[in-house]
Amino acid sequence: MASEATVINMVARTSLWLQPHRIVLILVALGLVLSAVFFMRWDWLPQYYEMGLLGIWRSLWILALTCALGFLIAVPVGLAQAAGSFWFSAPAKVFCTIIRGTPLLLQLWLLYYGLGSLFPQYPWIRESWMWPYLRQAWPYGVLALTLSFAGYEGEVMRGAFAGVPKGQLEAARAFGMSRWKIFRRIWLPQAFYRALPTLTGETVLQLKSTPLVATISVIDIFAVSSKVRQDTYLTYEPLLLLALIYMTITGILVFTFGKIEARIPNKIG
Amino acid sequence: MLGLLHSLEIAVGATCVGLLIGICGAYGKLYGGPVVRDLLAVYTTIVRAVPELVLILLLYYAGTDLINQVLTAMGYQRIDISGLVAGIAVLGFVQGAYSTEVMRGAILAIPQGQIEAARAYGMSPGLLLRRITLPAMLPFAIPGLANLWLIATKDTALLAVVGFFELTLATRQAAGVTKAYLIFYLAAGVLYLAVSLFSNLMLGRLEAWSRRGMPSVKDAR
Repeated sequence: MASEATVINMVARTSLWLQPHRIVLILVALGLVLSAVFFMRWDWLPQYYEMGLLGIWRSLWILALTCALGFLIAVPVGLAQAAGSFWFSAPAKVFCTIIRGTPLLLQLWLLYYGLGSLFPQYPWIRESWMWPYLRQAWPYGVLALTLSFAGYEGEVMRGAFAGVPKGQLEAARAFGMSRWKIFRRIWLPQAFYRALPTLTGETVLQLKSTPLVATISVIDIFAVSSKVRQDTYLTYEPLLLLALIYMTITGILVFTFGKIEARIPNKIG
Repeated sequence: MLGLLHSLEIAVGATCVGLLIGICGAYGKLYGGPVVRDLLAVYTTIVRAVPELVLILLLYYAGTDLINQVLTAMGYQRIDISGLVAGIAVLGFVQGAYSTEVMRGAILAIPQGQIEAARAYGMSPGLLLRRITLPAMLPFAIPGLANLWLIATKDTALLAVVGFFELTLATRQAAGVTKAYLIFYLAAGVLYLAVSLFSNLMLGRLEAWSRRGMPSVKDAR
């Protein structure tokens, strides 16, 4: 009985969504996609297929790594701003202001061309074990993206830490929890729940800034599409496919975060 | 310095174009017919899901190419579209999607009675927009729009990738010539930061001005 009702409900919702003008719009969109498939050149696809997959994999890997590291930095930065004394909160605030006040492209180039040009001048760096890494481009890209994510997310975490009701922390202290335990069991989880919707947006923004690393010669999916464009002299096809790939990743990210958000208890505070 | 000027020119132009698109888009989303509403939903979703860099490349090349093809098809000569106009148009198109959403939220935050009262007075839609909707939504829209302006100033750096001469590209060239990479990049960073901080100050004042006469939230507690 119940399942029948849900089926009817679903049918009703679908028919509400599929109004006549929407069907026409979908047909138009399908026509555009089909004309793109048939009238544009896609014969380069098999040749660059593996390279593209590698590029997507690298983009995702950079995204995951920088988000995780950036969040780890953002927690102390946010905590310092929300509850720290002047000597902790002032540097954290300056860090956030600088990161958020300058373009990411400039930060990236500053690290890669600026710092990267300094290192070879010192022989002891050239001889150390770090040199094989410092010679490559990706550590600079990861560092710049991590710092940028930490700067933006630190500001979000500041608000989230400050937003946890005072009574919760007082109750935890009354239970005799140690300070570390309060932070681990009460403060951080509640702040995290509060920051989660913003975290989705920040992650999508981070995904959209990963193609910048292509400008310092890291081969991600964006760099692959640039290479295709240079090799085949095609302007639109690689870019359109690239836009489609990014939209798909964004969709998956938003969907996943939505699932996570639905799992957390929504009666907080 | 010429680079900074170019950056600011583009940022201001793009924000103006974006605001215009935003107002039209928000009106279309709220009051438009079903087709307009769906098309706008597609526009804002796609623009906000694709990286700005990809959009800039796509629109920069596709836009100039399209205009030239239309012109040749109509029998005119090909024209060279300057980087400035193309940059403003492209960034404005991107900003428009974001400001559409900001404005839509701001218009929805206006108490419904104000708009109904204006309609009851027999105001024409244009007058209603100018006298009631725009001023009343301003305090709700300014925080979001301030964010957009700051994003616009930083997005101009992306135009360096398509070879437009603005602050970041100027810095890169100067640094490449003099080999003093660190100094030039730090200087450019300070310039961007100064622009951001200065606009923060001004926007704070603007918000205080647009909120004039509204009761402060602090007193309510």
